[in-house]
Amino acid sequence: MNTPQTLLSIRNVGKHFGGLHVLQDVSFEVPAGGIYGLIGPNGAGKTTVFNLVTGLLAPSSGTIEFQGESLVGLPPHQITHRGIARTFQNIRIFKEMSLLENVMIGMHEHLKYGAGGIFFNSSACRAAEKRARERAFELLSWLGLEHKAAMLADNLSYGDQRKLEFARALATEPKLLLLDEPVAGMNPSEKTLLMEEIINIRNRGYGVFMIEHDMRFVMGLCDRIAVLNFGRIIAEGSPDEVRNNQEVIEAYLGREEEAA
Amino acid sequence: MEWFNDFWSTYSTLVFSVGVHALLALSIWLTLSCGLLSLANAAFMGIGAYVSALLTLQLGWSFPLVLLTGGIAPAVVALLIGAPVLRLSGVYLAMATLAFGEVVRITVLNLEITGGPEGLNGIPLETEGWHIAALLALTIYGLARLRRSKVGRAFEAIKEDEVAARLMGINVDRYKLLAFTLGSFIAGVAGALNAHFTFFISPREYGFEAAVDILTMAVLGGISSLIGPLLGSSIITLLPELLRSLHDYRSFVNGAVLVLVVLFLPKGLWDPRRFRKWFGKAKGAEA
Ligand SMILES: Nc1ncnc2c1ncn2[C@@H]1O[C@H](COP(=O)(O)OP(=O)(O)OP(=O)(O)O)[C@@H](O)[C@H]1O
Ligand SMILES: [Mg+2]
Repeated sequence: MNTPQTLLSIRNVGKHFGGLHVLQDVSFEVPAGGIYGLIGPNGAGKTTVFNLVTGLLAPSSGTIEFQGESLVGLPPHQITHRGIARTFQNIRIFKEMSLLENVMIGMHEHLKYGAGGIFFNSSACRAAEKRARERAFELLSWLGLEHKAAMLADNLSYGDQRKLEFARALATEPKLLLLDEPVAGMNPSEKTLLMEEIINIRNRGYGVFMIEHDMRFVMGLCDRIAVLNFGRIIAEGSPDEVRNNQEVIEAYLGREEEAA
Repeated sequence: MEWFNDFWSTYSTLVFSVGVHALLALSIWLTLSCGLLSLANAAFMGIGAYVSALLTLQLGWSFPLVLLTGGIAPAVVALLIGAPVLRLSGVYLAMATLAFGEVVRITVLNLEITGGPEGLNGIPLETEGWHIAALLALTIYGLARLRRSKVGRAFEAIKEDEVAARLMGINVDRYKLLAFTLGSFIAGVAGALNAHFTFFISPREYGFEAAVDILTMAVLGGISSLIGPLLGSSIITLLPELLRSLHDYRSFVNGAVLVLVVLFLPKGLWDPRRFRKWFGKAKGAEA
């Protein structure tokens, strides 16, 4: 891949909760375009990286930059406005809302109308709402959910809930989409389907940064991979480089074989 | 028309109360719809009532201006206390807002200008039926519009999952403050309307009991649509009249109603989802 431009840059980041050092001196760069993978065993600190990038947690040390601007200290909604969206390891869709409403929540910042527009139902307000609804339908159709648009999100299957979470995140018009174990808990055929969706999203020009547990799955999907173990980056590079890294084999693959 | 005149002379106060209580139930509906269990609305109503009554009695302002200021005064207070108070959530927010209510009540009790425990007497009768009807209609319309806009959706998202809402780009703190302040404005206007048809106001009317009453109305009716608070406030206002013998046990009945509803109809009487389950898909439309 020939994408020298860096989208997200994480430098010397540390995070501790009291005496528990969850991340230590973590550095890596997510290039624009393509799919970047972050892997590592349970409790390695992967989700914590996402929580730092999205502003849910503040780093104890180090810098996080997106398109050359620091994200540290910004509240989460402003980080979203800058172009970073995410999904959650434990799906967090709005269950009491329809699929369409879920996606329209993601568009919040892009709906430009004020109090007067709302009260008097101005034509500008109606037009903006109409456009948002159309865009929401479009996003749902990207994921094959458009015929379920009016359904309550609570009634969706697990796999469809994941897809809805993708659509809702895309609605914020991100440049980089963070996916936290998007295929966790799915059966093999669902995994394959979702993998295709992730490739589709990449092909539409969004940067994808995903956490994954399943080694085989990431290897086939990602352009570059960082490996986190006990809060430290132990390897970074192309899937082949990572696959053949001795430390990774010991720390990660070895463990998996033990388990198998 | 004679029957109407008879009816009106007997029941006008009751009809007025239904309208004012509807406004109060809508005011707490607004904060609840944003996931905030705030019990400050009785105090906001009190601030609106006292400020408006004093403006009428001491400065002789015109009634429309009095009503407006009756809403603005508690809204300013809400803006000031909102930033620290709205960091709390759940029971802690409920407790903090109740404590705020006590502070307001005790302040009113001890000030000279508010007449202390005796309250204010001889407030001119300015409120007419159409004032209440018009303001109630305006409020319902405004809230219905809000519900269908990005603001209403943001409230709903915050209620369901605050973290997810933040990560969808919603400025959660700002919207919470908006719900809190708008709610206080509506409660304040309700207080101003009330003060100008009861002749008399005292700190007792805006304390803990009133706060619980207002919550009961909204919870009884249900908060999943605007119909719930209207239904709940009507029932809570009319029930004691229908069961006159129970008048002395009003608080008891309200408390019992609240417990029963929470236990058996957690979404209140008016719950479109339950109706859909009962009556099939035909009744799908939500108000
Ligand atoms: N808010 C927090 N407070 C205290 N400890 C935390 C917090 N968040 C995470 N941790 C701890 O940090 C460590 C790393 O957690 P994290 O969720 O980042 O791991 P992970 O790599 O995503 O694991 P998994 O594969 O199980 O999802 C864990 O030991 C966890 O208990
Ligand atoms: Mg995790």
